[in-house]
Amino acid sequence: MATGVITRRNQYYDSVFLMGVSKRISGFPGVQQNAVLMGTDANKEVLSSLGIRDPQLDAAQPSDLIVAVIADTQAIVADVLANLDDYLAGGVAPSATANPHTFEDGLEQKPNANLAVVSVPGEFAAREARKALDAGLNVFLFSDHVSIEDELAIKQLAAQKKLLVMGPGCGTSIINGVGIGFANVVRKGNIGVVAAAGTGLQEFTSQIHNAGLGISNAIGTGGDDPSDYIGGLTTFAALAALERDPQTELIAIVSKPPGAKTLAKLIERIRNCKKPVIGCFLGAHVDPQAQFENFRRASTIDEAVNLALKLSGSKPALTAKGPTSADLQRVTQERSSWAPEQKYLRGLFAGGTFCYQSQQILLASGIPVYSNAPLDKNYQLSDPNRSREHTLVDMGADEYTVGRPHPMIYGAMRKQRILAESDDPQVAILLLDFILGYNASTDPVGELLDALLQSKRNASLRGGNLTVVASVCGTDGDPQGFAVQMKLLRQAGVHVFQTNAQAASFCAALLK
Amino acid sequence: MPSTTDALIQEPLIVINLGLKAFADSLEQQQVEVVQVDWIPPAGGDQAVIDLLDQLL
Amino acid sequence: MDIKQKIEKANQEAANRLMAGAPVLVDIAPAGEVIPGLQGKMILHAGPPIEWRRMCGAQQGAIIGMAIYEGWAKTPEEARAILNKGEIRLEPNHHHRAVGPMAGTISPSAPVWVVENKAFGNLAFCRQVEGNQQFGDFSAQALQALHRWRDVWAPTLRKALRSLGGLDLKPIIAKALQMGDELHNRHSASSSLFANAMAVGIAQTEYTNKDAVIGTLKYITNHELIFLGLAMAAGKAIADPARDVEYSTIVTAMCRNGVEFGIRVSGLGDEWFTAPSPVVDGLYMPGYSAADAGLDMGDSAITETVGWGGFTLGGAPGILSLVGGTPEEALNYSREMKKITVAAHPTYRMPALGFVGTSTGIDIRLVVQYNLTPLIDTAIAHKDPGYPKIGAGLLRAPLDCFKKALIAFGKKYSAG
Repeated sequence: MATGVITRRNQYYDSVFLMGVSKRISGFPGVQQNAVLMGTDANKEVLSSLGIRDPQLDAAQPSDLIVAVIADTQAIVADVLANLDDYLAGGVAPSATANPHTFEDGLEQKPNANLAVVSVPGEFAAREARKALDAGLNVFLFSDHVSIEDELAIKQLAAQKKLLVMGPGCGTSIINGVGIGFANVVRKGNIGVVAAAGTGLQEFTSQIHNAGLGISNAIGTGGDDPSDYIGGLTTFAALAALERDPQTELIAIVSKPPGAKTLAKLIERIRNCKKPVIGCFLGAHVDPQAQFENFRRASTIDEAVNLALKLSGSKPALTAKGPTSADLQRVTQERSSWAPEQKYLRGLFAGGTFCYQSQQILLASGIPVYSNAPLDKNYQLSDPNRSREHTLVDMGADEYTVGRPHPMIYGAMRKQRILAESDDPQVAILLLDFILGYNASTDPVGELLDALLQSKRNASLRGGNLTVVASVCGTDGDPQGFAVQMKLLRQAGVHVFQTNAQAASFCAALLK
Repeated sequence: MPSTTDALIQEPLIVINLGLKAFADSLEQQQVEVVQVDWIPPAGGDQAVIDLLDQLL
Repeated sequence: MDIKQKIEKANQEAANRLMAGAPVLVDIAPAGEVIPGLQGKMILHAGPPIEWRRMCGAQQGAIIGMAIYEGWAKTPEEARAILNKGEIRLEPNHHHRAVGPMAGTISPSAPVWVVENKAFGNLAFCRQVEGNQQFGDFSAQALQALHRWRDVWAPTLRKALRSLGGLDLKPIIAKALQMGDELHNRHSASSSLFANAMAVGIAQTEYTNKDAVIGTLKYITNHELIFLGLAMAAGKAIADPARDVEYSTIVTAMCRNGVEFGIRVSGLGDEWFTAPSPVVDGLYMPGYSAADAGLDMGDSAITETVGWGGFTLGGAPGILSLVGGTPEEALNYSREMKKITVAAHPTYRMPALGFVGTSTGIDIRLVVQYNLTPLIDTAIAHKDPGYPKIGAGLLRAPLDCFKKALIAFGKKYSAG
């Protein structure tokens, strides 16, 4: 143990400042104790009580600075005292101003805000949305688990104020060329979208871009908007806005089945719409009488895209229904590679819309499918973790995402499930979706690649072959690198398709 | 000045982001004016107290 | 009028009363002579009500010291014995129009500052600030300072005060806030101004005891925190008239006893809303560390209650060194405190924030709404009795006090 003392004549320092200096010195490795004090009698007593004695101390005046250090070795003492000026320099680096913590504070900083993007926990979300509406802002409400009563109340408030509420549970919108939430990078153009299906919006807008056209505005409404309880309040508001929007020349509506009353009202509204409308109501039965000049029905997202292209004077870019002859060849090849017990399809989806659309396509081909989010209530999985015969799982559903990141962001849960499915010798086909764009995982394919290769190996070891089918939803502008993601899948022997509908159709062909 | 749906789709976005910072980041990447609010619930998240606040404040 | 309007109106009334406060030092007298209800074997203490056995080490040490000082016991052991038997009444300062720093102990023969709020005629009392007994040190040395105060300094100052006809504290406070003081831990300016004023008073008085005069002058000119006692008495004098305004959600007291932190709210009468006393985030004197520290203690949070102390850190960035803070942080704290208060004082200003008035009238609704509790800077006592001041730091009042008060408010005014 070693002690060292320095005194400096006539140096005034504020006592609190000196306490801070002392704290910094005590952080030096090997320093046991230190005191940084002005030379008052009281302070000299403090030093004495610490066992620090030095002739310099007796001579010190109240206006002199005393620095005393007790450390493991003399070398450390000398080091500290030699660097005393650095310790006395003060001048802590300026701290960054903290972010605001409340909506009100945010509004103070941006008084001209026109949109609140809300992703706070569901139990607080309606209240924040209401605050934003009261302040004259539109709302993008990503939060879910908002009560349907609250949803109605805020949408009624919004209607009063001519404001838009996108959500609750809205993951995607593209407003005037800007992607909000989970959105793909798409060029601006003249096709407007109203969607109650987030990944449906992503697929439609991506394919429009991939076909060379563009999007004016794609407005997410939240999955419950078309229910009869809510009555499509946001859907109708969005439709009206796109009708008025000079940039929009054609409107596509993408949705899971609306409530019967709401669907009827919607069809009537479309009849009066000044611009042509394409309606893709997945899983719904739309009266064939509802045919009029400016309304086209599409049964899949791909059909909706093709109709949009046609109405814009472009060639349909996507194969609408059924596999090509090249596909049929592959179908035969794959089927012959399966072991005799392999017969089932397992679909694991990050996109809820893709799970739904896939069910629709398979059912239309007469293939019954179980699901945790079934089209047909009779095919509800009793345990979402236990697949049964043909099963399609929405892995973004509540049972998988409460307290955990969504599969679009992080692939760990899907990875586990892939490996679990691959242990089942009756599984013949694995169907997956990969979603690119803002806020999605930086490498959706990479996250699952090892598991896919492992699964194929497992099947081979059993004398069979696991057919892996996938679609990639995205554009060449997306941060993940669309081409690279496609390539990684192809190299792994995956049958890759540009759209979920194509991938699901291929699976239907495989199972016929 | 309060906004409207029409204004939303025609004018530049000025955003207040409550919650997930990633959303503000992706907006900033697109050159959108956005303020990030690291949102904390009032009353330490106590719903009963929040309801009371709504009546009193 | 709906309840929100009633609350707004009541808060405006309470805030106006706070802003009208006109504190004047009118006397320095033995507590037993001036404090209502202080009689017999009784010691007042800082913080909300608490029984002897639950008191923290430092506060017990201070009470033991006071018992010896009053001559009710000759040794610490004797003092403990009579305290254990309940032979000394212990009550909060706040229940007797008084406040005290750290352990805050006031006993009948201890001279206290007497401050009158000339706007309403009410009196408030505070003991002198020192660095030993009020931190729990009951040694003979610590008590000596109490004797000097009682026998020499206080009587001398009393005479001087009389010759001045009282001392208006408002101009001193206003000036000091613009000179880098925040009036809780930083009192260099106010104490100097006070010493200047009293020196004149001392010079004007005839004295037979020259040593007493010189001793007192030395005392007041060397005591960098002497004005804290006056600021606290002034704060209490300013806050008391704002009590008992029906429907008001304004805080009229904040205090701690080293075990609990308590607040009182204007529209909720005498009820205390308490929560465990927070840990202070601070810096320590040589030889001490956080492991030695007691929890937050003292009635000095009356300064924050009326908008000084932590609320004016923007003007006293020197205090920010307490936790390695920066001037930006100091300004941010002051801005934060603006959010939870309802008015800006017309006389007390913060130059660092563009001379805006100090934040007056803490509204419990705003505290709960924003999760922003009052920021307090304070001294730190040892957790055990027998030690002097060991450090200083910052803390936040506990949100729970404000939540409890809000719930009680909802019940009382039937809004729940």
